[in-house]
Amino acid sequence: MPGLAKYALSLPNVVFAKDNQYTCSDAGLTEIKNAIAENKLNRVVVASCTPRTHEPLFRSTCKDAGLNPYLFHFVNIRDQCSWVHMQETERATEKAKALIRMGVARAVLLEPLEETEVEIYPCALVIGGGITGMTSAVSLANRGFEVKLIEKEDRLGGTLNSLHRLYPTHEEASKLVQVKMKEVERKPKIEVMTSSEVEEVEGFVGNYDVTVRQGEKERLFKAGVIIVATGADTLKPVGMYGYNGKTIVTQIELEQMLKEGTLNAHTIVMIQCVGSRDEKRAYCSKVCCLTALKNAMLIKEANPNAQVFVLYRDMVTQGTRYEDYYGNARETGITFIKYSPERQPAVENGSVRVYDELLGEELILPYDLVVLSTPTIAHPDSSDLAQKLKVPVDENGFFLEAHVKLRPVDFATDGIYVCGCAHWPANISESISQAYGAASRASIPLSVGHVKTEPLIAVVDEYECSGCGLCELTCPFKAIRIEETEKGRKAKVIAASCKGCGACGAGCPEKAIIMRHFTDEQLLAQVIALAEVKA
Amino acid sequence: MEEKPETVLVIGGGIAGIQAALDLGDMGIKVHLVEKKPAIGGRMAQLDKTFPTNDCSICILSPKLADCFRHPNITIHTLSEVKNVAGEIGNFSVELRKYARFVKENECVNCGECAAKCPVKVADEFDMELRKREAIYPYYLQGVPAVMTIDKENCLYLTRGVCRICEKFCTREAIDFEQKDTDTTLNVGAVIVAIGFDPFDPSGIPQYGYKRYRNVITSLEYERLICASGPTGGHLTRPSDKKAPETIAFIQCVGSRDLKNNRYCSSVCCMHATKEAMLAYEHDPKVTSYIFYMDLRAAGKGFQKYVARGEREYNMNYIRSRVAKITEDRNENLIVRYEETQSSKTRKMTVDLAVLATSLIPRRGVEKLAKVLGVELDEYNFFKTNPLSPLDTTRPGIFVCGCCREPTDIPESVAQASGAAGRAAETVMR
Repeated sequence: MPGLAKYALSLPNVVFAKDNQYTCSDAGLTEIKNAIAENKLNRVVVASCTPRTHEPLFRSTCKDAGLNPYLFHFVNIRDQCSWVHMQETERATEKAKALIRMGVARAVLLEPLEETEVEIYPCALVIGGGITGMTSAVSLANRGFEVKLIEKEDRLGGTLNSLHRLYPTHEEASKLVQVKMKEVERKPKIEVMTSSEVEEVEGFVGNYDVTVRQGEKERLFKAGVIIVATGADTLKPVGMYGYNGKTIVTQIELEQMLKEGTLNAHTIVMIQCVGSRDEKRAYCSKVCCLTALKNAMLIKEANPNAQVFVLYRDMVTQGTRYEDYYGNARETGITFIKYSPERQPAVENGSVRVYDELLGEELILPYDLVVLSTPTIAHPDSSDLAQKLKVPVDENGFFLEAHVKLRPVDFATDGIYVCGCAHWPANISESISQAYGAASRASIPLSVGHVKTEPLIAVVDEYECSGCGLCELTCPFKAIRIEETEKGRKAKVIAASCKGCGACGAGCPEKAIIMRHFTDEQLLAQVIALAEVKA
Repeated sequence: MEEKPETVLVIGGGIAGIQAALDLGDMGIKVHLVEKKPAIGGRMAQLDKTFPTNDCSICILSPKLADCFRHPNITIHTLSEVKNVAGEIGNFSVELRKYARFVKENECVNCGECAAKCPVKVADEFDMELRKREAIYPYYLQGVPAVMTIDKENCLYLTRGVCRICEKFCTREAIDFEQKDTDTTLNVGAVIVAIGFDPFDPSGIPQYGYKRYRNVITSLEYERLICASGPTGGHLTRPSDKKAPETIAFIQCVGSRDLKNNRYCSSVCCMHATKEAMLAYEHDPKVTSYIFYMDLRAAGKGFQKYVARGEREYNMNYIRSRVAKITEDRNENLIVRYEETQSSKTRKMTVDLAVLATSLIPRRGVEKLAKVLGVELDEYNFFKTNPLSPLDTTRPGIFVCGCCREPTDIPESVAQASGAAGRAAETVMR
């Protein structure tokens, strides 16, 4: 590190360089501020970790010291050097030098930019009328904010409508739905739209134009923030373990039987991790062990003579409540059999064959009913909604948050939030916590009434623009359009919608579009600096 | 709007308390953030990296510490404790005691001259007593506020009336032995409790040899040992002979899922053991790790993938088992005896270092705080909540988030913290 600082000091235009262990600590930031004041610095380069988590901090530090925050450049030598070249220290250091040289070359050409302030339209759109969406809506309405609650089905309740009872209290799911629905009804600030789907969303934080389709009708309204609480689906195990929906069913189908009192089976075999923790769906869906425990206990409660077997890989009963719950299930006489993924159970001729790992023996279990615990999967409509909202989904189709650790209910896009099973399999309790969390986050712009947006957008050089319209076609955000002006057809950027992605700039045949903060000059200077071999 | 104070008290300055305070502050609500220790940051500040991204923990926490410190709506009260709470939802009167730091927070610049001269050496709490510090000390390197503190239990002047050498060497005249504990009363509309957890002390399980064998350590000790700002500067060495370990055993469920100690599952240990084994390999590819577990609980977002990556690329072996006993040979290597459930055989294995995944237990002294707040605890002494109103305590207007309500990983704690902030805001901004 001291070597890098020394190297940086040798670069043109650098008047001050220093290394310290924790640049982002209060002490490190104070050092930056002092250095700006004492050396009258007009550009700052930090070479450390990632702009994803730390750029705002360093920018505001520059601002505190009286320097325009966009005169700051971040060099990421953690991800690009120490992480990827962990075992090649010397070459990584050389690469760090090159990156710093490039950073300095760009920093010299940076221009001061001003943020723009956007008004927030005081209304929240909550997509999804399950327990999660209803909880978010009520929380926001309690604060006095207007809410539009959109539900695709003809009634509120979501997944809870297909559940029988809830763990760990064994309270009826329908009761919880009733209680929450009453709360929603009592709030004049909440407008509920059932049998409705989001058709189109345009705009940006504070000013979303939303089109909702309600049967034949189309409704248009404005919203300042959006909460995604669309829940998830459960895998239908077609073609697995002889699934037939009658004698071989899913846990959800079993819940229906329990609810209607139509279960007529003495020996029940439950198989866990059906279609999860395998090659296709590598993840653990978190709620299936507890669902199986709950349903197994309800069966035993109704019929103590029933025989219930649960074939599992790992019992996932985390937290303070569920280990005892698991213990209680064992005490009721439910039999737990551990199987390994290398020797999957098989359903054949009215019995389940399973290799019990702990006994070291193969068992044949005749059954009346086989229940397959299938995972929570992303809702098939998620990717479509994600496209409309221009937010990402992960490899499993669940919505992808801004930062897995510290921004679990935010999207990277300002003004859009996520909670409940739309984000990842979650139980009711977790969904409710997250629903309050998303409501809290969404209420920040609503409370403040305005928000600052980054000025990192495209600008059009009207003299060069030929009005060809290619940019309008390439823009994924509908943020640039051709307008008739006195000088003819010219492209115009809608500043608040522009995300600064650069697609228009890259495609413009006239080079008439300048990407602010990432101008051709700035980027070329970096490339030239890379090619330079230091004498 | 009614005449209610638009102010919230947040007790606990870890990641949960910090997130709750930041959300409320950003909404325009005034926050008093109370922390018992000399600096905010909590347990997350003690961790080296975080799963499943291996982001450096203090690096992603630091911006939040700075945000809290600079926030116009947040007042941080360090070295402070809530003594009494009266009133009701919407209008609580809180008595707060701030203990003397004996250092003027406005004058100290954390230069360290004082500590360099202090003759006292005591075990450092933040570094899990793996190194010594002086009686005047920074709580940790990146701590906020970035000022020194005098430990009155160990300061020579405060215990025996002699020394004051720090005062002589402080160029800022920041040392103030006359400082007294001060009491203030705050008027708040709601309270959020986020006091976090303590690690279980495994000396109560004698068969694992903690404190008897030097190379048996806890996971939180391991985090400090492998951390660049920790006692060994990030060089993973075993305590007995400073040798770099080549085989490490991670023993899971120590004090958890244990009828004699804590019946519950601590939720985060499968993942932090996976991370810790990965880090060992990153520090030295010669390391082989063995994780002795009962059920592998990797249910969060990206967790199974993380475990698979560990097994594939980081020389890690998961062994489904229960460790019965750890003993030591003459070179202080450890012999781990365990029952491997897959083969139902008892086996033994010699390793260089054993790391105990100790359970997360309620903070010591939580009963006293619960009494002051007038809220109920559950059978384990976590703050009692209902699964369907998970962030409400038993007293209206008092909310809870993070590990003091149940062992919880960081993402869930952060989501809960935002949620508790939302609940508190509903109370004060109605």
